[in-house]
Amino acid sequence: MSSLLAARLQMAVSLGFHILFAVAGMAMPLLMLLAEWRYVRTDRAEYRALAERWAKGTAILFAVGAVSGTVLSFELGLLWPRFMLHAGPLIGMPFSLEGFAFFLEAIALGVYLYGRERVPRAVHFASGAVVALSGVASGVFVVAVNAWMNTPRGFRLLANGDFTDIDLARAFFTPAFATQATHMVCAAYSSIAFAVLGIHAFRLRSRPSSDLHAAAIRVVLPLAIVTAPLQAFTGDAAGKQLAVYQPVKLAAAEALFETARPAPLVVGGLPDMDARRVRFGIEIPGGLSLAAFGDLHAEVRGLEAFPRDDWPAVPLVHLAFQAMVGCGTALLGVALWGGWLLLRKKPLHAQKRFLLACMLAGPLGLVAVEAGWIVTEVGRQPWIIQGVLRTRDAVTPMPNLVVSFVASAVLYAFLGAVVSLLLARYVLGDDTPLETHA
Amino acid sequence: MTDGVSPWAEVLYAIIGLGLVVYAVTGGADLGAGLLSLFAHGPRKADQERAVRRAIAPIWEANHVWLIFVIVLLFSGFPQAFAALGVALHVPIALALVGIVFRGAAYVFHAYGIQTAEARAGWARVFGWASVLTPLALGAVVAGISSGDVRVSAAGVTTGFLAGWTTPFALAVGLFALALFALLAAVYLTAETSGALSDDFRRLAVVFELVAGACALATFLLAGRYAPALFENLRSSAWTWPIQGATAAAAAGTLGCLAARAVRLARLTAALQVTLVMFGWGLALRGHFILPDVSLATAASHPEVLPALVIAVVAGSLVLVPALAYLFWIFKREDDASYTGDHSDRS
Repeated sequence: MSSLLAARLQMAVSLGFHILFAVAGMAMPLLMLLAEWRYVRTDRAEYRALAERWAKGTAILFAVGAVSGTVLSFELGLLWPRFMLHAGPLIGMPFSLEGFAFFLEAIALGVYLYGRERVPRAVHFASGAVVALSGVASGVFVVAVNAWMNTPRGFRLLANGDFTDIDLARAFFTPAFATQATHMVCAAYSSIAFAVLGIHAFRLRSRPSSDLHAAAIRVVLPLAIVTAPLQAFTGDAAGKQLAVYQPVKLAAAEALFETARPAPLVVGGLPDMDARRVRFGIEIPGGLSLAAFGDLHAEVRGLEAFPRDDWPAVPLVHLAFQAMVGCGTALLGVALWGGWLLLRKKPLHAQKRFLLACMLAGPLGLVAVEAGWIVTEVGRQPWIIQGVLRTRDAVTPMPNLVVSFVASAVLYAFLGAVVSLLLARYVLGDDTPLETHA
Repeated sequence: MTDGVSPWAEVLYAIIGLGLVVYAVTGGADLGAGLLSLFAHGPRKADQERAVRRAIAPIWEANHVWLIFVIVLLFSGFPQAFAALGVALHVPIALALVGIVFRGAAYVFHAYGIQTAEARAGWARVFGWASVLTPLALGAVVAGISSGDVRVSAAGVTTGFLAGWTTPFALAVGLFALALFALLAAVYLTAETSGALSDDFRRLAVVFELVAGACALATFLLAGRYAPALFENLRSSAWTWPIQGATAAAAAGTLGCLAARAVRLARLTAALQVTLVMFGWGLALRGHFILPDVSLATAASHPEVLPALVIAVVAGSLVLVPALAYLFWIFKREDDASYTGDHSDRS
């Protein structure tokens, strides 16, 4: 295995692991707070139990996210020293701000988790709000870095590869920033809302009389219903942004080989790289022109308009994109069904089929998050900084990287298994009292 | 320091140093607490372990962020230094990360799992040993930076991946860090508990103060051979002996306070001692990130970036410092020092 491949796989494993905890760190505090708010308003015990249970889940997910995030901040230098040499000054500002937001989140979480008996109720609630807000701010700052890698701005490139004329504001507010940040924040809320909904739907199906699970669904379903359609809009905006600024990525995501006017939208299918066409896909005439430019007759550039050296791994990007959109569409369907049931004021515990759908949809948001991350990261290859620095030129000279890749893969697989097991015990452990040994 | 270095770079260098000091006296103490949990013994073993967890529960994640803060400022302000460290000291940094991951994960797995007593005891051991690995690895990084063996040219690191951190000196620095962190933890825990439990930690504090003294001597002697430039800077500078003297006085003060049961004052002298050790090391680096090739003069980022970073740090601190002070005020107040062991806690 080449150093480059080992380093990329290690980064993929680290990010793929961390992103699940990152979205949980962004969205779980809001759920915890919504349950707490209902408890303050209604004084009903199940909401307090729910808030505490979700807080425990948040604590586990936050801690694992904190350590996996620490690993990532070092890995930037351990794996990509030449990237950091050039990019460090430009992405340092959003990372520094992220550091402060994360710091604030850790402090507020300490107050929220351990201070219930030590601080006034309003301060306790406010600390939860600070956790929720700074969690989202952290996410937005990190996405600012990724947006810069996709649409780098705020510097002038010298012939020797060095950067000059640094403009930190332009490096922060890059063309991709607004669309990527909204798409990511919405993805965090939506994926976690559906994951939590799925878990409690699963439990409510077997225990229809449970106040706790019915309360959980009352809190989380509205968030799922609101964010699923919203995510379709932010995704559309992200796609239109790609069409202008990263046409290769869009062409790979759609597996559009030849430039076309109008360009069809291909649903599903397998890209055949030799024949340079998609097999088994369903074509919607003019669909891509409409999605990319809002015009049924617009020209969309295909992969062949760009040098072969600049193509990413088309089959992977295309499949990931299909998976993301497919999951998003399924979640939208569940959200509409749920909205209709809420409007008709149906008691949800009796809606067995809807609960089954929620349960099956539970993992799809997280699958979509992973798939979307693959689209944006693999879709940018072979560049680590789009059009500026190739990934192969950024990798460390360190030998035997395959060792650290395998070690980190084993480590994360182990941690992932333990976290799943612990959370599963909370989910299944209705009748055992919850215990905390702090 | 060096001519032609922007004052902003020097300010940022000082801020990074300050961040490291705060990490050592807060996050370092949390690591030391992990080591102490391995030393728990006797009739109050369970209470000692609980005291450790109770002390760090609300604050360890915040304390840990100081390290991230330092790293981010380093790569933003001094990207060449970060890139060179990531290559030359890849292995000890990776080991420190393994320790950080296992420690954090084992801590929450222990604290929040609904699981058997054996499983929880297993996590407690993982937490303890991971808390040992990280200071040893960080010490090796410090030794590598200071050794003079890591050489960096315009093309990058030229001395491979083992230079500087695979020496007896590196081991001595690691053990020194471990002893200081354990000392801090033992002193803090002495102040946060009372009765026989407090006396347990007080004895450990005295032991680790003596161990730290021995490690300090060993480190200093080994530096002559394995980190000659650092040793020469230490030996020849006018400030060295006042700082060494003050460090020794702080150490003696810590022992004296512990003997006199002035435990709250001991917290200050122990933290001062660690601060002085790091201060002396920082001054001996003389504006370098890696002796002798990577310095403020060679590694500083673009002139546009440094002032913005300093301003961001100052502005961020306006929010952060009160928040941190509040956190510590809630959980580390004077009236909180009455922990004698928690008998309501099932284990």
